[in-house]
Amino acid sequence: MQQANPSQPTRVIARHPGAHLAWIGKGFLLLLAVLAIIVLVRSFFDNPQLFIQIVISGLQLGFVYALIALGYTMVYGIVRLINFAHGDVFMVGAFVSYFAVSYFNLHLWPTVVFPGIPVGVAVVIGSITVILLSMIVCAMMAAVIERVAYRPLRTAPRITALITAIGVSFFLEYFGALNFVFTARFIPYQRPFSVVTWYIKDGIHLVVAGQAAPIGSITFSNIAIIIMVASILMQVALQFLVRRTKTGKAMRATAFDKQTAQLMGINADQVISITFAIGAALAGMGGVLYAIAYPSINTLMGILPGLKAFVAAVLGGIGSIPGAFVGALIMGQAESLTAGYISTPMRDAIAFSILIIVLLVRPTGIFGEPEGEKA
Amino acid sequence: MTTTITATDVAHQAETVPALEIRKLVKFFGGLRAVNDFDLVVKQGELAGLIGPNGAGKTTVFNMISGLYVPSGGRILLGGEDIEGLEPHEITQLGVGRTFQNIRLFQNLSVLDNVRIAYHAHAGYNLLDATVRARRFTIQERELTERAQDFLAIFKLERVQDELARNLPYGEQRRVEIARALASNPRLLLLDEPAAGMNPAEIVTLMDLVHFVRERFNLTILLIEHQMRFVMGICERISVMDFGEVIARGTPTEIQDNPRVVEAYLGKGAVRVE
Amino acid sequence: MEMNPFSLVISIVKIVAVLAWLYGLLRVMGHASKWVKIAGIIAAFGIIQLAISLPLGGGFTILNDFDTGLLFQACTMAMVALGLNLIYGFNGQFSLGQWGFYGLGAYAAADITFRWTRGDASGLLVAGLGVILVGLVILGLNRYLQRYRSLPVLSAFTLFLIGTVIAATVALVIGAPLGRMLSPLFGTSNSPGLLSSDLVLQVVFVLAVLIAGVFAAEVSFLFGLPVLSLGSDYFGIATLGFTIVVNTLMVNTDTILPFPEMKGGRGMVGIPQLTTWFWAFVFLILVLVVMRNLIHSSTGRAIMAVREDETAAKAMGIDVASHKLLSFVIGSLFAGIGGGVYAHYIGFLSPGTFDFITGFNPLIIIVFGGLGSMTGTLVATFGWIFFLEGLLRVVLGYLGPEAPTWRFVLYPITLLLVMLLRPQGLLGKVEWGFLHPPAAKQRKPEPPAIQPGPVEATPVAR
Repeated sequence: MQQANPSQPTRVIARHPGAHLAWIGKGFLLLLAVLAIIVLVRSFFDNPQLFIQIVISGLQLGFVYALIALGYTMVYGIVRLINFAHGDVFMVGAFVSYFAVSYFNLHLWPTVVFPGIPVGVAVVIGSITVILLSMIVCAMMAAVIERVAYRPLRTAPRITALITAIGVSFFLEYFGALNFVFTARFIPYQRPFSVVTWYIKDGIHLVVAGQAAPIGSITFSNIAIIIMVASILMQVALQFLVRRTKTGKAMRATAFDKQTAQLMGINADQVISITFAIGAALAGMGGVLYAIAYPSINTLMGILPGLKAFVAAVLGGIGSIPGAFVGALIMGQAESLTAGYISTPMRDAIAFSILIIVLLVRPTGIFGEPEGEKA
Repeated sequence: MTTTITATDVAHQAETVPALEIRKLVKFFGGLRAVNDFDLVVKQGELAGLIGPNGAGKTTVFNMISGLYVPSGGRILLGGEDIEGLEPHEITQLGVGRTFQNIRLFQNLSVLDNVRIAYHAHAGYNLLDATVRARRFTIQERELTERAQDFLAIFKLERVQDELARNLPYGEQRRVEIARALASNPRLLLLDEPAAGMNPAEIVTLMDLVHFVRERFNLTILLIEHQMRFVMGICERISVMDFGEVIARGTPTEIQDNPRVVEAYLGKGAVRVE
Repeated sequence: MEMNPFSLVISIVKIVAVLAWLYGLLRVMGHASKWVKIAGIIAAFGIIQLAISLPLGGGFTILNDFDTGLLFQACTMAMVALGLNLIYGFNGQFSLGQWGFYGLGAYAAADITFRWTRGDASGLLVAGLGVILVGLVILGLNRYLQRYRSLPVLSAFTLFLIGTVIAATVALVIGAPLGRMLSPLFGTSNSPGLLSSDLVLQVVFVLAVLIAGVFAAEVSFLFGLPVLSLGSDYFGIATLGFTIVVNTLMVNTDTILPFPEMKGGRGMVGIPQLTTWFWAFVFLILVLVVMRNLIHSSTGRAIMAVREDETAAKAMGIDVASHKLLSFVIGSLFAGIGGGVYAHYIGFLSPGTFDFITGFNPLIIIVFGGLGSMTGTLVATFGWIFFLEGLLRVVLGYLGPEAPTWRFVLYPITLLLVMLLRPQGLLGKVEWGFLHPPAAKQRKPEPPAIQPGPVEATPVAR
């Protein structure tokens, strides 16, 4: 029994080395990149004010996405799960703050408790309280979800956990859409503090309510600044937590090798819950800030930002915290530029086209490391 | 340099061409040099062993031979033909069969299906035939199935042909994996720790099986193993690896007496095995 | 629909009857005799046809319009779900893109017949020529690229993309003027010409559905080529992205894309409703037979081997990348055909039908029915459509206007329960009738050519 089947032609294997044809693929991408740069530069020179305006609005989006993306990347880094329900945590954050402000006037508590307090301080403290409340509720919710839905499936095939995450996501969205919970309608959001806009043209001026900013000026608002500052602060705080604290070290160890970390005495379950909680708290904060910036909320509002933040995390290298931040900023700009120069509906398609391109060119992302495979 | 290689090129070499020749093989994983300047020659029909402490790079070498890793440097010659850079399935089709450290059967497929897959490259019908159930499909599929069943019978596995692979006991799974690797009609068989998890009685049975396989199928065999009784009892020539390099070569007797090997691997006070 | 105990019972009886019919059909298709098979298939078709059209007096039929609608929905969803089961259940690739291919198929087929019924043959010609030329380019380029070792995926993708664009442009350049030349043959509404006849329309319909399927398959080839090598998590996300991009394009068909008749977000209307029970049945059987013949063959085993263990499959000489691509392409072909049949059943298309949230339905169905079981998919599809869409919708209608939202709450709860309690699905890996793999008879042991030595003494441990 020598040949498998003597009547069959023997297998022929090719020998031309194909590796040197890599220039075809790379050249194509280079061409696309050059085209994109040319288009961008032209747009800038055509109308610099518009370009800068778009960039600012892109930054606002990007920093919000960064808050969400951090949660995705941390959770993936530690349990290799794409938590589809993360975008809905963002939504819950917005809704919690909505209820706190509209029904309980939580943002006004400093004036109630300390009647003489200056208005500015009261607003700041009240708003921060609202944000903190959202963060805490979201963190607790995420910890519960992790305990109930994800932990039992930790040994199951990854796809099962993924499908479960999708299920949790649906559940949050539609359960919230039931009338006795939230509602399916778009709800106008009441802000805990008022949004003030300035415009830049021969100096910085305040935009008076009811009037439009003069043509050719660049506008920005206090919420944009707050978003940027908050996001950067959170990123710095997170970096500090992960690099300098014991908890952070435990998180990194568990992400690297859960079993060994456990053998070293780290309570992996606790670390994982903390990771989920922190990620959710950040997303909750993002939800509140997003709602303040774009004051109309709805139980499905978390889907698209969630997905875009996920793309951002992949773009930056999933599992990498600075990567998620950088990726989110890029995603924000891409979306803003598309909405401004092409069309609003296309901006969602762009996000996913970016995803596909990233996966083609460098699947591990900007800051990611390739994973090897052992036989 | 020819533009194509075929399995017959590989199979019908002159006696003097080694079945497998590896020259200065190197593998980097990032900054880690897992395999360094590795040389090996396995003559046709030989039963060779590759041993060394854990992490020495033995499985990495196997993975490079079977194409799962791309070497960072060096050459691998199968029957005198270069095979680096080929896809793993192409290398298999050129005549390399392989088993794995952790048995890698197709768990949810039957034993018969596991073996029938080995014949996929030589199924004798194409996709269109299968879709329309042409005569060629019916005939070839039946022949293929019968060949697979006869093959299982050689290894006394015909009674479990419909059993799902994951339901078999460990020793039987091992046998199925070896049978499956042989069903693709290789010239070179790579066995990665075939005796893992076996007690001394099972090891003796395995040794008989390996001898039988080598005679019956006229093969060259290269194996990795930690069980010294097995290696010393069956291999004709042994290479010893440590930290990615070859530290010794020779017959079992020579290896056992080599102080470097004893030091790196067998430990002090090792007993000479007949 | 009247909500009283009688109609409730009738609904349950209908569901059970449909499932029994399904079982009978599969059993008879698995019969050894060719004549029994043919007779059985015709009978199965006939039973339902009678139920649809046989008047019982008073204008009633056994299956009313609502039921027939459910039947068509079930058939088209079954095609999509079977395709997804091939990609995910049998080949192990987690794809969320099936809905996007479904939508592509629906719009493509709809456009062809829409144009035809308005005297414009260019849709059929350009699309038909396009898929043929692109198909040739893909096959030819594939053969040519075989001779290269370690060709980077990105470069291969670029070459295929360029080839496809060229072929599509050629098809457009040739097909459009050809279509204009044929327009006189349509005649006018007063004196319809040769090409306006019903018979020709039927032929165009069948061609449109097939072209739609091949179109979806070709797009899936281009998309799958670079993306399948990424590993399951990333592949899933990329396919999700694909569905969303396709959905966005649907909303922009009249702005960015040059298809004003599709009316973008407002939806395309005026699609000739050419799907009859005959065609739905025929296409379903076609998809089922092709899939079953594929699975019960060496290629099918190779596809499943890739699911089980990619590394071992490679070691057994299976080209993992091309088998993943093959499953993906065939699965998308089925989705495209399903889309074509769907479009001509419902008569209009709206991008809202094809959003990615609804796209989870086929996934839920195949998981529920049992991954890797074709019967499970069929049962789950028909059960899902008839039970959830039919019965439950009526029951929940009593809950008032919130009912549709309650459905979306129950779906994920059901999914979660299934994942946690019975992850292998309702039917696990069980198959009915002709979908059951053929058993290989035990061989009488022949005397071995060479006497094996000590192996004779090997005890068969159990």
